[in-house]
Amino acid sequence: MTDTLTGPAGQHAEQTPEYPMARADRCPFDPPPALSGLQDQGPLTKVRIWDGSTPWMVTRYADQRALLVDPRVSADTRHENFPHQSESLKARREMGRTFINMDDPEHARLRRMVTGPFAIKRVETMRPAIQRIVDDLIDGMLAGPKPADLVQAFALPVPSMVICELLGVPYEDHDFFQTRSRVLISRKSATDVVLTAQREVIDYLDELVGRKLAEPADDLLSKLAAEQVATGELTRRELANMGFLLLVAGHETTANMIALGTLALLENPDQLAILRESRDPKLIAGAVEELLRYLHIVHSARRRVALEDIEVGGQTIRAGEAIMLPGEIANRDAEVFTDPDRLDVTRDARRHVAFGFGPHQCLGQPLARVELQVVYSTLYRRIPTLKLATDVDRVPFKHDGLVYGVYELPVSW
Amino acid sequence: MRVTVDQDKCVGSGQCVLAAERVFDQRDEDGIVVLLDAEPSADQHDDVRQAALVCPALAIELAE
Ligand code: HEM
Ligand code: SF4
Repeated sequence: MTDTLTGPAGQHAEQTPEYPMARADRCPFDPPPALSGLQDQGPLTKVRIWDGSTPWMVTRYADQRALLVDPRVSADTRHENFPHQSESLKARREMGRTFINMDDPEHARLRRMVTGPFAIKRVETMRPAIQRIVDDLIDGMLAGPKPADLVQAFALPVPSMVICELLGVPYEDHDFFQTRSRVLISRKSATDVVLTAQREVIDYLDELVGRKLAEPADDLLSKLAAEQVATGELTRRELANMGFLLLVAGHETTANMIALGTLALLENPDQLAILRESRDPKLIAGAVEELLRYLHIVHSARRRVALEDIEVGGQTIRAGEAIMLPGEIANRDAEVFTDPDRLDVTRDARRHVAFGFGPHQCLGQPLARVELQVVYSTLYRRIPTLKLATDVDRVPFKHDGLVYGVYELPVSW
Repeated sequence: MRVTVDQDKCVGSGQCVLAAERVFDQRDEDGIVVLLDAEPSADQHDDVRQAALVCPALAIELAE
């Protein structure tokens, strides 16, 4: 075993586990057993990814957090050893380049242009509008046929309407960018299809920024167009790239938390009952943190490159080597969370890394939190008889997606 | 307890405000941390420790 841990890349091909790994059939909410198993082997191990390269895998919560905040670690996807998720993501590393793939100080300069609207108090003012969106969608679903697909009827429109409103993207265009973002976040999409999809959305946003420059409205794209593009701080294309990140990051993630979270609660009726019966905003907020921890939907690992030699658990990651940090096993680290495989909406889960850690920790987290708090405190109370309209084994899970979730969720009531 | 914050490191995540809203706030223009109370009273200490623990930028320092 020590050979696998320390041997040079490629020499022990048969012993280096392939990543990503498969989840167990009966445990759709748990990380793949082979991935969890790496945690028992030690803090640092190697895996083999799609292109044959063998990045380091950091298995423990404390080491993952320490590395993600370490300035010697880079998120720059242009680095020759960067462990890309797929051929198509490698192919589009230059396209749409913005702060998620930059290091400080460039990262901080761009990120700070958009942090204001995501501050806690600013997002809190959006709560009544989010509540209205959620209530209207539930009305619509209750008035429609049974069973309904919770994903299309509810989980996707909630974050999509919210982020469109915030950015100033006409919601009428949602079919256009939702079909394209579905292509973008599947590991299976062919490279040329992905490149076209991304270019189309960025072109669309570029044109939209042009319109916001000419006729500003009360929205984030207009504000950024006036403050950053008109003053020469950003080019129109750079703002379109940023808008693209916000649009895509802002709805697929939250939508998956809504649908997968609902399924997890339906499968754990005692936990669902606690949520449904509580009127305590603190309990609801805590339940959101626990579901974020337990489900850790961004299951494709944070990916980085070491810029200098870094010591981890007695071993050395050399400068230039690739690093993978799978938060789903950090969130199940028994050193940090007692009985980590249990969903317990009353535990204090606030230390989870479902939003990442370090300078790239999710910019949209305050918004995602409010959306999920409103959803989880409204949906099950308004539809107390909500139930799965199929067998859980027949639910199509997004095993191949960059973000985990369900493709559809037939529900009845 | 003495609290200090590093506004250069801060990434505006708002985690500290969620944990201890009487001690931390965010600047209106860019969401960067503002310290409201550098010597919080004892009933705030647990919340402030929680804020320091979850700050993704390690921008909060405590001297106890
Ligand atoms: C439950 C929902 C969400 C989850 C689980 C989630 C998760 C994440 C994670 C894990 C990262 C870190 C990426 C890395 O370290 O490489 C991230 C970054 C980011 N997220 Fe989210 N996210 C969610 C919702 C949102 C929303 C609603 C928005 C925007 C409106 C958003 C915008 C972003 C942006 C812009 C970044 C890049 C930050 C940076 O690089 O500085 N996310 N998110
Ligand atoms: S938790 Fe840290 S990074 Fe987030 S706003 Fe507070 S000081 Fe800044």
